[in-house]
Amino acid sequence: MKKFFKAFFLTEIVKGMALTLKYMFFMPRVTINYPNEKGPISPRFRGEHALRRYPNGEERCIACKLCEAICPAQAITIEAEPREDGSRRTTRYDIDMTKCIYCGLCQEACPVDAIVEGPNFEFATETREELYYNKDKLLDNGDRWEAQIAANLAADAPYR
Amino acid sequence: MPKLTINDQEIEIAAGTSIIQAAEQIGVEIPHFCYHDRLSVPANCRMCLVEVEGGPPKPVASCAMACGEGMVVKTDSPMVKKARKGVMEMLLINHPLDCPICDQGGECDLQDQAVAYGYDRSRYHENKRAVKDKNLGPLIKTIMTRCINCTRCVRFGEEVAGVTELGQLNRSENAEIGTFIEQAVTTELSGNMIDICPVGALTSKPYAFKARSWELKKTETIDVHDAVGCNIRVDSRGVEVMRVLPRLHEDVNEEWINDRSRFAYDGLKKNRLDKPYFKKDGKLQPVTWDEALKVAGDKLKTFKHDNIAALAGDLADAESIYALKTLMAQLGVEQLECRVDGAKFDTTQKSGYSFNSTIAGIEEADAILLVGTNPRHEATLINARIRKTYNDKRIPIAYIGEEVDLAHPALHAGKTLQDLKALANDKDNQVKAERPMMIVGMGAFQREDGMAVHGLLHNVAEQLGVVKEGWNGFNVLHNAASRMAALEMDFTPARHFDLDEMGLVYLLGVDNPETIDAINPRSFVIYQGHHGDLGAHRADLILPGAAYTEKDAIYMNMEGRAQRGRRAIFPPGEARDDWSIIRAISTHCDKELKFNNLSELREEMIAAYTRLGQFDEVHPASWASFGGNADSVTDEELVYPIENFYMTNVITRASETMRLCTEKFAETSEFQEAAE
Repeated sequence: MKKFFKAFFLTEIVKGMALTLKYMFFMPRVTINYPNEKGPISPRFRGEHALRRYPNGEERCIACKLCEAICPAQAITIEAEPREDGSRRTTRYDIDMTKCIYCGLCQEACPVDAIVEGPNFEFATETREELYYNKDKLLDNGDRWEAQIAANLAADAPYR
Repeated sequence: MPKLTINDQEIEIAAGTSIIQAAEQIGVEIPHFCYHDRLSVPANCRMCLVEVEGGPPKPVASCAMACGEGMVVKTDSPMVKKARKGVMEMLLINHPLDCPICDQGGECDLQDQAVAYGYDRSRYHENKRAVKDKNLGPLIKTIMTRCINCTRCVRFGEEVAGVTELGQLNRSENAEIGTFIEQAVTTELSGNMIDICPVGALTSKPYAFKARSWELKKTETIDVHDAVGCNIRVDSRGVEVMRVLPRLHEDVNEEWINDRSRFAYDGLKKNRLDKPYFKKDGKLQPVTWDEALKVAGDKLKTFKHDNIAALAGDLADAESIYALKTLMAQLGVEQLECRVDGAKFDTTQKSGYSFNSTIAGIEEADAILLVGTNPRHEATLINARIRKTYNDKRIPIAYIGEEVDLAHPALHAGKTLQDLKALANDKDNQVKAERPMMIVGMGAFQREDGMAVHGLLHNVAEQLGVVKEGWNGFNVLHNAASRMAALEMDFTPARHFDLDEMGLVYLLGVDNPETIDAINPRSFVIYQGHHGDLGAHRADLILPGAAYTEKDAIYMNMEGRAQRGRRAIFPPGEARDDWSIIRAISTHCDKELKFNNLSELREEMIAAYTRLGQFDEVHPASWASFGGNADSVTDEELVYPIENFYMTNVITRASETMRLCTEKFAETSEFQEAAE
């Protein structure tokens, strides 16, 4: 009998609609107006790669090739030779972003915090070729995002 | 034979063996830095400390402690672990810990052992010491701050290389390795110091920062820069040879190789022939393989068989020599020659041109006479063996030829072969030796009266008792890696021929100036090889072949030991394996060879010449009479075949590193001689 009334008066639909209408009119909004608004991201967010520099402008990367060795997708290619001043530097640092799986092992492996995965996730391109990053592109990324990358690393430092 | 217990395992071992050696035999690993089984024992790193029960109440250095009867040794007791951790912490106090930029990273003893036995944190907060880097020449790069003063390089220089240039200066905190006066390390074995350095203090200069050990493909092969047949490992990445390292072979090179074998690899990347060329209108122009092979086939068909000569150069492998010999046999050509350096000797008896005593046999000799050879330049590893024997037994060594520094004391017994005759006849001043040895270099044969010299040497060898029951000390020292295999296959002329009269000359990697100059300017020259050098400049048709790192090939060293080389990388451009080029030519001159691939070729070759298939075996040749009439030997002075150790073949001539070495070592020594 009780079951019959429930079905006859559509109580469940009314309950469901009440919840929907409550969220529509009386609760704060949860969707965001992307790309004009963006959601918060963790300091540990693993986005687009960047090669950092020291404050004096010297590139950090010392061509130890640990990132190349650890990369599970084998997306990183490095070649190195002594620079004129005798220091160990890369002549080539390529990341194939189409191979990359954004696992973050490269930045874990880096002894000098040179290669990092920055906060940027909006680097979609129209062609695949644009996703084959070279050293210039990566250093450029580093320069562009340095402030935020440094802040993120500082925020994460106590937990390392 | 003391009996002792190491970690509850009993072992009986020869008296005088150290604990570390005994432990190694039963598979117990004891960490160490300064100890090296081919060098003396200084016991200064203290890493190999072990506990000996019933002994002194402190850990003992296992490398310096001989095994004693009833010893109970523990290598993993708490006392040992504590001692190791302490030693490791001490060693790391002044070590810069710059593994990421160190070329030794990934193959470093200190790195490995620090992971295994060290603390993960440093308690040392004071300033680390820094040591100034030394300039040791164009081959060795130094970062002396990384040095842990194990003195392996110093001992290597003194004991193996015989050159006391490195030493330890000052004491305690200020102790450092250096040259006493600022100079480069001049030994031809200097590259081995890089290998034995347990840290990154000595690293390879040409290889600096080029690659990491873990990204290299390792190929075990055979060296061709001299006729010793050193076992090497070629490390390559992609299409490039990144470095060459020695491989252990107790009977040939132990664990050393010379600097030419180690550093000449950059010559493999330059001046390479990567497509066929044909001379049209007096100018070499690139052509397709089809065209080139057709020209070669046509030329071999048009010239008459007694107007063709085929020469096998110094770096040729056994397979291509066999293919060439078979092709020439089909064409009826008998003008074959492998002695392209102008050496004349009797090739009928194997004992007459082999290193009969074997290289390891040098250690059994108790007197050595060198004739027309400077083994330091011609076969550095033979010289290292002689030095080792000298160190062990202080044997008398004499040499005949120009005055040279052999890195061990040797008596200069004259400059001409008349002096050799005098020495053989002078019974009173001869040393009494049970196992005398004679080593004859190509310098004795590269002259007009080479055959007569060979006869004289045979007589002298018998006179001096060099050959007797159970001992054959008559040794010929070759310079070319291809020579023994070619002689094994009788790649020699049936009767004497004049190269100048030949209409068609087939050069299989021949770049020796004396041979190239002897070719008639009007004759047609086919050059098959891998470098654009003398031979290619003279050639009318160039067929690009593969260098030693680029082919699977068999080589026979001067002992007659066949060894197999393996392909590390592929030849550049359109270059092909040498045997396959000759096989392809054979179809174009209607004399098709029977084999279609390398294994068929090898099968056929080994069926005909079994020695080439018996890998790593040396078979003694029986002593017989050889050589020409000894009386016609002139008193011309003996000249050594190698003027400049760093420039001996096409690969070294193309190498930038070897050029730098020539500038640094070969030319300065001439300069010094001029000044004296």
